[in-house]
Amino acid sequence: MRHLRVLAVMAVFVILLAACGSPAASDDMLDEIGEGEGELNLIIWAGYAEDGSAFPEFDWVTPFEEETGCIVNATVQADSANGVQLLRSGEYDGGSFSGNATDRLMAAGDVAPVNVELLENYGNVFDGLKDQAHNSLDGVPYGVPHGRGPNLLIWNTEEVEPQTTWEGIWENAAEYEGRLSIFDSPDFIADAAIHLMATQPDLGIENPYQLSQEQFDAAIALLEEQFTHNPQFWNGATFADQITAFAAGDVVIGTTWQFQVNSLLAEEAPIEAIKPEEGTTGWSDTWMIASEAANPNCMYMWMDHMMSAEANGQATVYFGEAPTSQEACDYAETIAEGHCDLTHATDEEYWGDIWYWSTAREDCADDDDSTTCVDYDGWVEAWTTLTGS
Amino acid sequence: MTTRTGEKPAGRSRRLAAWLHAHPRAQLRLLLSAPLVWLVGVYIGSLTILLLNAFWTSDSFTGKVNPFDWSLAAFEQILGNDVYRTVALRTVGMALLVTVTDALLAIPIAYYMARVASPRARRFLVIAILMPLWASYLVKIFAWRSIFLGNGFLAWVLQPFGIAGPGTDEITNSWIVFSYLWLPYMILPIYTGLERVPGSLLEASADLGARAGTTFRRVVLPLVLPSLVAGSIFTFSLTLGDYIVPDLVSDATFIGNVIYDNSALGNFPIAAAYSLLPILIVIGYLLVARRLGAFDSL
Repeated sequence: MRHLRVLAVMAVFVILLAACGSPAASDDMLDEIGEGEGELNLIIWAGYAEDGSAFPEFDWVTPFEEETGCIVNATVQADSANGVQLLRSGEYDGGSFSGNATDRLMAAGDVAPVNVELLENYGNVFDGLKDQAHNSLDGVPYGVPHGRGPNLLIWNTEEVEPQTTWEGIWENAAEYEGRLSIFDSPDFIADAAIHLMATQPDLGIENPYQLSQEQFDAAIALLEEQFTHNPQFWNGATFADQITAFAAGDVVIGTTWQFQVNSLLAEEAPIEAIKPEEGTTGWSDTWMIASEAANPNCMYMWMDHMMSAEANGQATVYFGEAPTSQEACDYAETIAEGHCDLTHATDEEYWGDIWYWSTAREDCADDDDSTTCVDYDGWVEAWTTLTGS
Repeated sequence: MTTRTGEKPAGRSRRLAAWLHAHPRAQLRLLLSAPLVWLVGVYIGSLTILLLNAFWTSDSFTGKVNPFDWSLAAFEQILGNDVYRTVALRTVGMALLVTVTDALLAIPIAYYMARVASPRARRFLVIAILMPLWASYLVKIFAWRSIFLGNGFLAWVLQPFGIAGPGTDEITNSWIVFSYLWLPYMILPIYTGLERVPGSLLEASADLGARAGTTFRRVVLPLVLPSLVAGSIFTFSLTLGDYIVPDLVSDATFIGNVIYDNSALGNFPIAAAYSLLPILIVIGYLLVARRLGAFDSL
């Protein structure tokens, strides 16, 4: 009897807590940017908020803090799903998210629409980056662009012949037993799908993120084969491992970001990186504000700051991605000559075969009711099976 | 202080004190209420919410949990996929291996400390064993990482012999680091257990003609077994729940990694359902440990 009473009290407590836990989504946009709150808590991709501690010449946080009085605290996300979970903890004002986080955050109401009228630098942004599926919902902007880039194929030029396709990490994986370096995330399944689009056109893959069960199984089979050759893993939180491993020759071929490529080239490691012929996965990142942001004024000021020529120019040179405006391009040229051409900032054709990260959905993210695809839970389970077996 | 001022509040608090003196049970309840609220509300409450998640569904697109949408889908998925069993067996196997390793390392050290060493040396050894516990757990793991790395210390030592470094993807790395991390938790209980064994018993055993090995097997070991089991609770359960070591020094996936990955990747029901498993294993282990008398020697 006694125990029962304790249990009942506990149950009531739990239900109360759960009830408090569900946040009410607010669609209120800011009407004007007020005074800064003095603090800003961000979720970032590695290298997106540099304060000069890594390289004194790359510092776009300190000028922002001095100008606005908003002290920036940044947390690095390991991959997009991790970023989503971080934002939902309610401790952040916003962050930089890729398409496979933004679609989920917008649909779930975790992020708020952005009043772009308040942002001075928004007008300069390339039109091709505005009102895209990954940064707006029903024509309402939900964030501002940061930069975009492809996931690249990287290899050690001393141990691996020059490559033109992804074959090196798939069909030829056996040649690099234990020395493959791949991205540790279910999102990597899309990389397998892109390779299949070129090698097995019969599968009829039209979008590497929306796969029918048959197409999905083929991608997993390709990954299973690759996993028998003991690849090593990296992600957004452990990218530094990949740099160390390539520099030491522990791994000789794999998938990477321009960021690691730049770091390795800076220390004169014998590597080369390309966008292979099949095309590749990639990202077009967006700064978004949490619907429950505690410091909305600071977040708006940050979004505006990140579109400024100086900040965007520096940040995109630092990470090795494409700037978001002509002004930022011009500024980037002053620190890294040829940066805009190198990253194809204005060359829309280049981006044609780059599939920006997006989330797998049961309805294939289309209007066709007859098709069903493997949803993201299916991707997560498949990845658990691959890495855990 | 209240008596010195002698104001009205003092009278009130004195009346309260008198009332409490007359009602010892109320006194006890008041004293225990704060820690109890903490234990039941915050500690068990949060665990309960976590476990409730196991019986709820989540939206496969947004990853948000739908509270009170009851379903056993998470359990069906876990039972329907062999990988969860493989990972569980790997983890339990590692926990047992680490426990045995630590026991084999700890018994001689503890025996030396308790029976052989001079008081001075004993004090020094106790400090030496406690010292690593002052350093952060993460610092120690990263120290081991720098040893294992492809261009790290071990590679440098082994290079002249033509042996490559282990790198950071070997499951044996996890075994070494776990054994290192939890060793003090095994040494200390065995050491206190051995200290309690009366010296006269060992002498009696020798007088009756038993050799050192026999004495150890038939006298010392049975007497310190409860301490050994007590130590093994730490080594076993700490290994069972850890996900940082396997992640940082190896590529191996343990129970903790699956739970962490699924909660990080937004499949909370799976993470919650799977976290029931280590809870059940540890409860089972504790029940066995209690039978062996481990709690009497803690």
